[in-house]
Amino acid sequence: MERKSEIELKKKSLLLSKDILNSVVEKFGEKVNVIYDKRNRSKIMVDPEIIVETSIFLRDNHGFDHVESASGTDYPKEDQIEINYHLGSYVNPDLFPYVLVLSTKTSRSDPKSNSLINIFPSVEYFERETYEMLGVYFIGHPRNERFLLPEDWADIPPLRKDFRLKGR
Amino acid sequence: MSSLDEKIEEAKKLSMHIVKESEEEKLMTLSVGPQHPGTGHFRFIIKLDGDYIVNVDLDLGYVHRGEEKMCEYRNYFTNIPHLERPVIHDSANITYSYSLAVEDLIGITVPRRGQFLRALTSELDRINYTLYWLAIYGIFLGHSTMFMWPAADRELVLDLLERLTGHRITHAFNIPGGVRNDMPNNFKEKCLSQINYLEKRLKEYEHIFYNNPLFRQRTEGVGVLSKEDAIKLGVTGSVLRASGVPYDIRKVEPYDIYNEIDFNVQYMKTCDSFARAYIPFLDVRESCHIIRELLDKMPESGDVREKLLSNIKGPPGESFKRVESGRGALSYHLVSDGTSRPYRVKISTGSFRNIIALPFLLVGSKLGDMPAIYWSLNYWPIEADR
Repeated sequence: MERKSEIELKKKSLLLSKDILNSVVEKFGEKVNVIYDKRNRSKIMVDPEIIVETSIFLRDNHGFDHVESASGTDYPKEDQIEINYHLGSYVNPDLFPYVLVLSTKTSRSDPKSNSLINIFPSVEYFERETYEMLGVYFIGHPRNERFLLPEDWADIPPLRKDFRLKGR
Repeated sequence: MSSLDEKIEEAKKLSMHIVKESEEEKLMTLSVGPQHPGTGHFRFIIKLDGDYIVNVDLDLGYVHRGEEKMCEYRNYFTNIPHLERPVIHDSANITYSYSLAVEDLIGITVPRRGQFLRALTSELDRINYTLYWLAIYGIFLGHSTMFMWPAADRELVLDLLERLTGHRITHAFNIPGGVRNDMPNNFKEKCLSQINYLEKRLKEYEHIFYNNPLFRQRTEGVGVLSKEDAIKLGVTGSVLRASGVPYDIRKVEPYDIYNEIDFNVQYMKTCDSFARAYIPFLDVRESCHIIRELLDKMPESGDVREKLLSNIKGPPGESFKRVESGRGALSYHLVSDGTSRPYRVKISTGSFRNIIALPFLLVGSKLGDMPAIYWSLNYWPIEADR
């Protein structure tokens, strides 16, 4: 009996994520890539110029209203930095267990991305942290400045892969 | 020889230093911290107009240790002892979601008895953390009895945790694949008797603290965070549930055996500091209930961990797992490149997500309400800075 309900839940979550992913791909076409679609977790990679439009679409049409987390990952071999927003919903009960990863890429030499602060105010500190730790400048964010690191920090952003810990 | 004209000139020169008071100079700047305000080093700069707060600027980072960078230099097992340092009183929960994320990455399931033991430690640590937080909340509102009582009763929970894991705090008990060791023989009886005692004490707590007119006066109607604002700011845990959103990760996305446990999500609709102070207390009461249920349903014997090699290698990919900790959702975003060390670890903690509400609530309120609002946010600076 328990097993059956478990399978039903799994099916429901897959149907839900399919709906969301299909609608995004339908709206934005080739500019959106679906990276994976697992149970309760999906990831889409969008072109940097449509990150704001995509998040407005996700907020207004599907009820995503906050970020669980936002961060960046450095890929020196591909000369890129990936920015991830983990979106969740407090309003739509169907979306409670679901987290959608909205990602975009920016170049490593001139890292810039449009800020989502006007769509999801909860990204404020996460974006400030990403600016400091990876050096990504968020266009439209009011405070791209020092946050967690010491005031006299004078080195490259520490979460870049070419920053090595001493003695390691 | 001094003529009248010269005297006038002199007076003019002197009056240059007399500047009319401007709007900006009417404000007083007050720096709160960065000395230890109870939980850890943290500063916020307040601008005051008379008794009212008009601007708040947060200054985090006094206890930043670069946990995320350190993770990239250690393997999946040696990461555990340093990952629990950000919140030593709730170390079972902060390693819980890490273990879940690693298990999701390498695709293993934990033996059933191991899952029960994990949930048990997690609930005991939730009680331990909340009692500590309650104690400091009390002393900051000038209620010294409320400091003494939870601080003393917390020792009983610490004794239980020591019996179970070998350490009072920082247990390093949850590891990818299960828990480190099985529970001792007579643990069940001991645990039940302590929980019975604690539940009796909780009734007294409610009477002396939450029904205390002084405490209610200082917190009721103070720092109201409406449901809409709470959702917009993306707060989590007790702060969110005090604003009327019944969102608990244990219920909405049950991990391990939580889908077999019958418990209620505690939430209130008053949205004020009192609700935010009361919800963790209700959570402790619910935790006692959960612990009793866990001990009842736990299988009598069986493995507690999936044996893994110390240099496990995750396949390239990523995972995102979260648990409900004492301060709200605690999630790990793990990226693996196929080696024995994680490529990137992002820790998103409840404290970091809740502190965004502090400037929002303080602006417009009186300075005297500041401690009541700050402590109700369930904030732990070390966890926020990581």
